[in-house]
Amino acid sequence: MAIRSRKSKSDYGSIYRGHEGQWSWILHRITGVAVILFLFAHVVDTAAVGWGPEAYDRITAAYDNPIVRLLELGLVVAVLYHALNGLKITLIDFFPRLVSRIRPISIAFTAVFILTLIPTAWIMLGQAWDLARR
Amino acid sequence: MATTTSPRPAAPPDAREAALGRGRPIGGFELWTWVFMRISGLLLLVLAVGHTLIMHLPAGGVDRINFGFVAVRWQSPFWRTWDWMLLMLALLHGINGLRTITLDYVRPPGWRFAITMAFYVIGFTLMVLGTVIVVTFDPTRWGPIG
Repeated sequence: MAIRSRKSKSDYGSIYRGHEGQWSWILHRITGVAVILFLFAHVVDTAAVGWGPEAYDRITAAYDNPIVRLLELGLVVAVLYHALNGLKITLIDFFPRLVSRIRPISIAFTAVFILTLIPTAWIMLGQAWDLARR
Repeated sequence: MATTTSPRPAAPPDAREAALGRGRPIGGFELWTWVFMRISGLLLLVLAVGHTLIMHLPAGGVDRINFGFVAVRWQSPFWRTWDWMLLMLALLHGINGLRTITLDYVRPPGWRFAITMAFYVIGFTLMVLGTVIVVTFDPTRWGPIG
């Protein structure tokens, strides 16, 4: 009985409020799926150049919409997150001894992510705003 | 003696091991895809992040992108090569990611096969379509560039 109660207090936290690594794992999956689904559409819209200016400009006119521009900001955020988190995974996998410093490494990657995000969001929100006012 | 000594329970996985997830595959196809995901990921860090920032951040953002923009850009073999490598690596990396997720969440063998095959067909079709366009695109068919 005593052993049981000790076991219930897990080092890993509960399944639904786990380690930070669990959140970055879930975000890595979500952003990855979002990017590949966009890529399916993007290869097709870009392929329209092969059918000439009229076809290409008509298809890419779908992007001339402030809501679509906000979705695009989401896409850029997803690409940035997936790229930086993927770099962190690769770094730890190729240099496993760094696992002991996972916390400062994660903080550094989060800092780079946020510092890149601020100017990117500023510029893209400005573009969406300009488009909305036109 | 043997009756008083119970077999030792298996040691619980250490927190570090748990944090690392399932870890590197031992060999074969799965090891190759594991390596491919990391190497292509490093290349895509430059190709894909570069592509999205170049297209969105300079003045005008995606407003400046039209047929003429692509015509001028693809006069350069550098950008054609960049875009073709991005096409191939992003599709291979993304389709393999979808395969991994499918194997994690889809248990019935028939569904697994059908879903991964659907992803392979989509990926292959887009690779062929994209490659044909990148290689054969000739804007002069619609008049002079610029």
